[in-house]
Amino acid sequence: MKKNRLIPIVLLRNGWIVQSKGFSKYQNLGNPVASVKRLSEWASDEIIYLDISTDDRYDLRRDDQGYKNRDNFLDIIRDVSNVTFMPITVGGRVRSLSDIEARLSSGADKVCLNTMAIEDIELVEKAAREFGSQCIVISIDAKETQDGYKVYSHGGKNETKFEPHELAEMVEKSGAGEILINSIDRDGKGTGYDIPLIQMVTESVSIPVIACGGVSEWDHFSEAFEQTRVDAVAAANIFHYVDQSVFLAKKHLFNNGVNVRKPDLIKI
Amino acid sequence: MANRLVCVLDYGSGNVRSVYNVLKHLGHNVVISSEEKVIKNSSHIILPGVGSFATAMKKIKENLPMQCLENEVVAKGKPFLGICVGMQVLADKGYEFEEYEGLGWISGSVRKLSSGNLSLPHVGWNDFLIERPDPIFNRLKEYRDFYYVHSYCFDALRKEDVLAFADYGEKFSAVVCKGNIYGFQFHPEKSQRAGQVLLNNFVMQA
Repeated sequence: MKKNRLIPIVLLRNGWIVQSKGFSKYQNLGNPVASVKRLSEWASDEIIYLDISTDDRYDLRRDDQGYKNRDNFLDIIRDVSNVTFMPITVGGRVRSLSDIEARLSSGADKVCLNTMAIEDIELVEKAAREFGSQCIVISIDAKETQDGYKVYSHGGKNETKFEPHELAEMVEKSGAGEILINSIDRDGKGTGYDIPLIQMVTESVSIPVIACGGVSEWDHFSEAFEQTRVDAVAAANIFHYVDQSVFLAKKHLFNNGVNVRKPDLIKI
Repeated sequence: MANRLVCVLDYGSGNVRSVYNVLKHLGHNVVISSEEKVIKNSSHIILPGVGSFATAMKKIKENLPMQCLENEVVAKGKPFLGICVGMQVLADKGYEFEEYEGLGWISGSVRKLSSGNLSLPHVGWNDFLIERPDPIFNRLKEYRDFYYVHSYCFDALRKEDVLAFADYGEKFSAVVCKGNIYGFQFHPEKSQRAGQVLLNNFVMQA
């Protein structure tokens, strides 16, 4: 039987892993390769790597950690895929088919589109046809407004006319393989997933949906599986602060009867 | 045998690198190549794959020395492993987009999965049930989940060529084998420990 997934999201800003709050405040957490290696050893089912840099400056600022100092994102993906033997999804600053191809050939298994899916739905269709639906993930950032939930583009800056479920249906029709739904309101708050938002999206499509935003305890993961039809749960901040975090979260889900892979610590 | 050398066939298809990385990590001698000399000198051959049946077959015919491969694998019996589409092309025929001829090394055909109300492609972690014990499964215990990405599946003509079945709306071949030729529908190179156990078994035992 196919398993539900637990997915750490790694936010990368100018070469550094960061913690994010409300899509606007960032705190540096360290070296991207070392950290991803650790997440892999704790048997994550997949890793989503989002580049939220605002310019082309990539600098790990030190090369004394046993990992090379890298000055561009593709090299970082290459390094990451050398140390992790699991599926890697890469997103951020993807504008064209050639951007997608560059990420796939650097070691990504799937590529995540956000703003471009809103601005150019045809790109989703072309990408699905060229590379296969299985590697096209659309991330949708949503926020509650006075008129209900709205999709935001450009890293949560611009409100669009779309409601989350409308965009979800559109990208599914265009061949997207998966949807990552993220609540801007819950980002970094730790108050749990925005369950109504996630329900709204899972009820509107049949492709797998990944929930994101707001997790601060393991119970938040099980809540999403109990109350919505999500295929996977994701989080960023929480996984970086607790030793063996992914393993402990997986164990919690497994013991609560969620259909996940058996928790495991991998000696690499 | 001290001088094992795994040749990962490079024919212009996706994840050659990740297969190479994991074998390297396991401590094996491994090369990525499409050259006749290298294929002849290798002890094991792996055909990775992403993409559709017809595209993969076209690229294989264009970029690989077919005569040499047939000779090494079919005539001489060198251990061979096809992964994902690399497994599917072992069949006689595939029906993805158009009917297309495969390598025909394991009798059967490739058709779309009937997953019922489950969405395609089948992407994610899934287990399998072993039909016939084989050294390839050695030391594989409870960690039996593997990472799958596919919409099509291999129908083997002979029941005995299927070593394990997986389930996604219907039963489909997860591991096929005929003598020295193995095929995995899942991606062992993306399946963490369980995948590494199988790849290691292939190199050490096949």
